[in-house]
Amino acid sequence: MTETLSLYLAFPLVRYALIVGVLIALCSSLLGVTLVLKRFSYIGDGLSHVAFGAMALAAVLNLTDNMLLILPVTVISAALLLRTGSSSKIRGDAAIAMISVGSLAFGYLLMNLFSTSSNLTGDVCSTLFGSTSITTLKKEEVILCVILSVLVVIFFILFYNRIFAVTFDEEFAKATGVNTELINLLIAIVIAVIIVLSMNLVGSLLISALVIFPALSAMRLFQSFKAVTICSAVLSVVCALSGMLLSILGGTPVGSTIVAFDAAAFVLCYLIGKLRGGK
Amino acid sequence: MALLTIRDLQTGYDSHTVTPKLNFTVEEGDYLCIVGENGSGKTTLMKTLLSLIEPLGGQILYGGGLQKNQIGYLPQQTMIQKDFPASVREIVLSGCRGRCGLRPFYSKQEKKLAEANMRRMGLEGFSRRCYRELSGGQQQRVLLARALCATQKVLLLDEPVSGLDPKVTEEMYELIAELNREGITIIMISHDIPAAVRYAGHILHIGESVFFGTTEEYKNSEAGRYFLREVEK
Repeated sequence: MTETLSLYLAFPLVRYALIVGVLIALCSSLLGVTLVLKRFSYIGDGLSHVAFGAMALAAVLNLTDNMLLILPVTVISAALLLRTGSSSKIRGDAAIAMISVGSLAFGYLLMNLFSTSSNLTGDVCSTLFGSTSITTLKKEEVILCVILSVLVVIFFILFYNRIFAVTFDEEFAKATGVNTELINLLIAIVIAVIIVLSMNLVGSLLISALVIFPALSAMRLFQSFKAVTICSAVLSVVCALSGMLLSILGGTPVGSTIVAFDAAAFVLCYLIGKLRGGK
Repeated sequence: MALLTIRDLQTGYDSHTVTPKLNFTVEEGDYLCIVGENGSGKTTLMKTLLSLIEPLGGQILYGGGLQKNQIGYLPQQTMIQKDFPASVREIVLSGCRGRCGLRPFYSKQEKKLAEANMRRMGLEGFSRRCYRELSGGQQQRVLLARALCATQKVLLLDEPVSGLDPKVTEEMYELIAELNREGITIIMISHDIPAAVRYAGHILHIGESVFFGTTEEYKNSEAGRYFLREVEK
């Protein structure tokens, strides 16, 4: 088994995939805690469908670099969705549902009408569930992913205290002079960036799992915000790494293997939490 | 010296006025209770005082060295907070966030201030405890310590005893009175009129008729006599 592994690791493509996977898992788990606590678990799902729609549009328009379209579209949708959550005539969850299914349908329609590919079902399936694309990453994509991940981590560290204040009690933070609108906007932008990055890894249907599972697991075990955040980052990286290795060895689809590991970790944490005193 | 002077203030949402025109002042060291029936606009008024919503008319003037964002606030608990994984220390420290400005991390003084306020609220030994495991009264004291980190002068309390049992309610009122004796100005929303009359120096009653004056004046006013009689029944 170790032989097969070292054989695979000799390929730069596989090494790229592992680096990108670990970074994406780290970034997606960081804001997961905030999203779960703010009752925004589903925003990941909604945004990834928006990204799917944008990706279909980019394919139809024959853009060479589809990131140029996907990233801005997703960022704008994220900003709009988080805004409607606080005050609007359409409630947050309804807005997410609307935008999410709307862009999913729109994307599939576009792909059906204009696609030049001979294997349409395969294309759609791989964008939805993630796929081979992680092992066919180009070097530029890896570099882009590394840069964006580093930026996300730096943002999170610098804004950690502000993110905590806004998550725990937005009104108090606003009343005592924290610029909550700006923080919310920044969080929205970062989430959008993370979603677009993770599409390569797990596909747009499974992204929510990457965002919420580590946070929920960590919340079973730890009692302070800092401990929960660190634990969810560690869990997420460990699960992503083991999921990817298993999928290389066993030939299983990458995205669903990682999510299976995340789910198993959650069950484990849940049981440990129960055993420690049924909280 | 008046910390807050409210002139012809009208509050409400989306251009629907909720309260009639209000005029009152809050002096340094005052203990003001805002009372009124449900739906009379107490919470809307409080949000306007905290600059969370814009006034629809009139003015709020700050004086005596008080700035717009230096009002400590004790909100009613939200659903989110009930299962929030955070330690007491993390929550109390977050009261200092407003004074940090662009600085990303807390300074030594701010950490000391947080610890001093935890002691002041009798929360020694609780700093690593998880907020969601505390009792209702303890949680209120944590939020009070956080509010004290955000202000040196004024505290605004929104129904600070709702959901507490009678004994803890009494302790909470005593704690607030003690803070007032130490020189902190208190503005409290309440629908517990007997307690308001017992502890507060001034009463603002909003509803169909508006009353503002000292507690003695309130007891002798028409609105006050009516409500106190209603409660005694």
